[in-house]
Amino acid sequence: MKQMSLPLGEILPEIVLVVGTIVTLLWALFAPRRLQAATALVALAVLAVTAVVTGLLLADPPGATFFGTYAADATALWAKIIIIAGTAIAVALSVDWFRADPRHGELYTLILFAALGSTLMAGATDLMELIVGILLSSASGFALAGFHRRSAAAGEAAIKFFLVGGLATSSLLFGSALLFGLSGTTVYAGMAAGLSGGDATALAVAFALVSVGLAYKLGAVPVHTWVPDVAQGSPAPMAGFLTAIPKVGSLIALARLAVALGDSPVGWRPMVAGLAAATMTLGNLAALWQDDVRRLLGWSAVSMTGYGLMGIVAIGRSDLAVPSILYFLLTYVVANLAAFGVVVELRGRTDIASYAGLGRSHPLLATALLLAFLSFVGIPPLAGFVAKLQLFLATIDAGYTWLAVLAVANTVVSLFYYLRVLGPCYFEERPTIALPVLGWRAAAATLTSAAALVVLGIGAQPLLDAFANVGLLPR
Amino acid sequence: MLTAAIFVPLAGALVMLSLRSLDERRLRAVATVIASVPLVLAVVAWLRFDTAIGGFQLVESAPWIPSLGVTYKIGLDGLSLPLVALTALLFPVSIAYPTDGKGRLREYLAWFLFLESVSLGVFLALDLFLFYVFFDLSLVGMYFLIGQWGHGEARRSALKFFIYTLSGTLLVLLGIFGLYLAMSPRTFDMVEIIRQQPLAGNALAGGLVFLAFVIGFGIKTPIVPFHTWLPPAHVDAPGPASAILAGVLLKMGTYAFIRIVLSMLPEAFDRYALWVGIVAVVSIVYGAFVALGQTNLKRRIAYTSVNHMGYVILGIAAAAAIGQGGEAARRLALTGATVEMVAHGLITGGLFLLSGSVWNRGKEYDLDSYGGLAERAPTMAGITILLAFASLGLPGLAGFVAEFQIFVGAFDAFPWLAGIGLLGILVTAALFLQMVQKLFFGALPDRWGTWKDLSPVELASLVPLAALVVVIGVAPAWLLDVIGSASKYILAAAEAAVRR
Repeated sequence: MKQMSLPLGEILPEIVLVVGTIVTLLWALFAPRRLQAATALVALAVLAVTAVVTGLLLADPPGATFFGTYAADATALWAKIIIIAGTAIAVALSVDWFRADPRHGELYTLILFAALGSTLMAGATDLMELIVGILLSSASGFALAGFHRRSAAAGEAAIKFFLVGGLATSSLLFGSALLFGLSGTTVYAGMAAGLSGGDATALAVAFALVSVGLAYKLGAVPVHTWVPDVAQGSPAPMAGFLTAIPKVGSLIALARLAVALGDSPVGWRPMVAGLAAATMTLGNLAALWQDDVRRLLGWSAVSMTGYGLMGIVAIGRSDLAVPSILYFLLTYVVANLAAFGVVVELRGRTDIASYAGLGRSHPLLATALLLAFLSFVGIPPLAGFVAKLQLFLATIDAGYTWLAVLAVANTVVSLFYYLRVLGPCYFEERPTIALPVLGWRAAAATLTSAAALVVLGIGAQPLLDAFANVGLLPR
Repeated sequence: MLTAAIFVPLAGALVMLSLRSLDERRLRAVATVIASVPLVLAVVAWLRFDTAIGGFQLVESAPWIPSLGVTYKIGLDGLSLPLVALTALLFPVSIAYPTDGKGRLREYLAWFLFLESVSLGVFLALDLFLFYVFFDLSLVGMYFLIGQWGHGEARRSALKFFIYTLSGTLLVLLGIFGLYLAMSPRTFDMVEIIRQQPLAGNALAGGLVFLAFVIGFGIKTPIVPFHTWLPPAHVDAPGPASAILAGVLLKMGTYAFIRIVLSMLPEAFDRYALWVGIVAVVSIVYGAFVALGQTNLKRRIAYTSVNHMGYVILGIAAAAAIGQGGEAARRLALTGATVEMVAHGLITGGLFLLSGSVWNRGKEYDLDSYGGLAERAPTMAGITILLAFASLGLPGLAGFVAEFQIFVGAFDAFPWLAGIGLLGILVTAALFLQMVQKLFFGALPDRWGTWKDLSPVELASLVPLAALVVVIGVAPAWLLDVIGSASKYILAAAEAAVRR
């Protein structure tokens, strides 16, 4: 312990976010009701400042900080940028949606806390730190999922989210305790050394238990069951938020854990490959015949996690692994929020039949939906294609060709259910009843996200440059 | 210049969407003019093309995603130039062709221009990433054209088309990955991949990538047994979209067989050429017999596409069989296969446009319900008969030039296969004669008493196609020179790679 003073400057984004969240809370508590909506502006300002501070740190990423328990490396900083961007879109989507709720000011506090939780997960290089991040993200998530207190569907979603979460978190705690027992440390940096020569079976069990905790946040098998319910039942802007933002933190957390275990005989690579295969396949098959667009998006979110996990399989075997994970997260967050943004702008309309003829009545919204879905499928030159391209390449490069082939088969399957929405959307006549829309803020956020999918696809180079050579376990 | 050919129609598509005040006739005229720009550029390219050079010409390139080895690189050789010209001709002709815009003519024309842009991109791309981008986008364009402006079970057919062919393109993507990962340094540059031959000497990887490509491009082409998406897509698509599907989109598959499979995996292709040849002959014979059994006009023409694409693949397989045929014969087969692509594009493109005219007038495709139309519509009958004869391989027309060369080449490499394949020509002759007879001769049913002959616009669209069919049939040297320059170069490079 050479430096005894706390390196606060290295976690300035987190500090800004915490202080800003408290400011937002105070505003929500004391502002009169007619100014409640302005809380969103405060939240956006907080996100903007955090983004600026993060950007300043990116020029020269500090690396490991707080005695190795936390990473302020390029990966964590980029994860923050992705989280901030996604959270800002979600806030913009929420303003008009929650306007009628007299207490909606506090919603933004919860959103910011959930974003902070995801940020902590992305930066954690210590099991205790990871647990704090997951719990913070989950606790705020439950409240967000059930924010419509009078809605039975939202209540059900929140309860399911909570119950599965309790189970998964206890698994995480058991696993962490086991890992600590086996390696003698909770800090990732020393873990591989502590584990050498240890009991391989116990280690595999420990990794599996911790993975379940992370799989919960990822929406991966076997603790994915909350995803479709939250997607369908919780407030639509929060459905988009909760199925995307926690993924950023948890996917990077799993990647860091995998690196921490290193070459120890745990066999995490085949385990994660199996998890990826099961998750993408199950998510796709379950999405096939959904007649509810939000539930369909929920299952699609599950399957997308499966693709993301492919990047972890390739860690340490392909240079593309970490860039592919970051690029995937970015494009997924944007596409997911664009897709849910269309639902929000249509005032939560979710029956597949009510999207028929949208291409005539709301051509711009239909275009946003088209871009988001085609990006999910991975049609070039949209952002999702660049992400999938890298994920597939990394997986084949890592010697897991079978997984890439399975992912390709799944991609074909996924086209079917996306077209079940898009086909009628364009091929049917203009709907006979008028479809009211929510407001310009949600529309602007949705269309901006959709346009970003084109920009990120064609102009991928700057970000790919930035993501190249980022690491997962800073010294 | 070639970049303009790709992006002018794309910009035109956006312009179309913004032209809210024009009436339908003017809209179509504007779109036709925009779609003709690449045709002018293609003619200029043809004049500037030097047949003495074997490699790529008029190359334009710019960095795109250097960290993944992706370049924006386009160019031409004697293989792609005729296909670019064909594409640039078929699009304005199909766009001008009258169809029911269903109140959304602007979107219809915009999708057509979008499709022109990506089709040209496929044939011009010299980077596998860029190629894949255009290749995949062609599906999106065609999906919307069939689904929105088709008839019958259009949505179902469009869905089947998109999903079936996407699975093909994704297999292609896996194949591209196989080549890319074996490159050092990693790049998608096609010229560089052809030069390095990254999978040479690696029988297993080469074989797997070859398999992915053959199935992937085989779906697009299509060859039996991957053809089942084609008939419904053709039958339910609007006539001009069918013309593009048959005339341009199918060529993407066969073009890739030469540009990618033959040029980048000559060793594997040489090893499995006989198998590809067998599949091709199955396509020829099966396509012909099934076409004969169809009573639906469009279905019949659609199955003749399966048959004709079989000839193309047979020619390519014969050209790839380095261990089997002599050099001159293989070159003849490859040139013939490429001429067949052009000829089939002109002939079948024209026939599908004509079937669009039949639909516009009669709203049905059942051959048995027609008859005696020649007396009401002599011009329509004349052009249809000309194109049908060209399709069945009558000497003096384009189809003959192509099929003659293919079979001469194939007889050298696979005499037995070529012999069986000739059977297909007999059957096609029968089915086209029967089709012409059912449509135009015999008694005229009363309900078609007011049948109209081709309108001036329809005529103006069809005459260039028919004229080219005759010109290529009578004096093909100008085309054969260009294609020959590429065949020679491609086969020499492939042979050098195999013998290395």
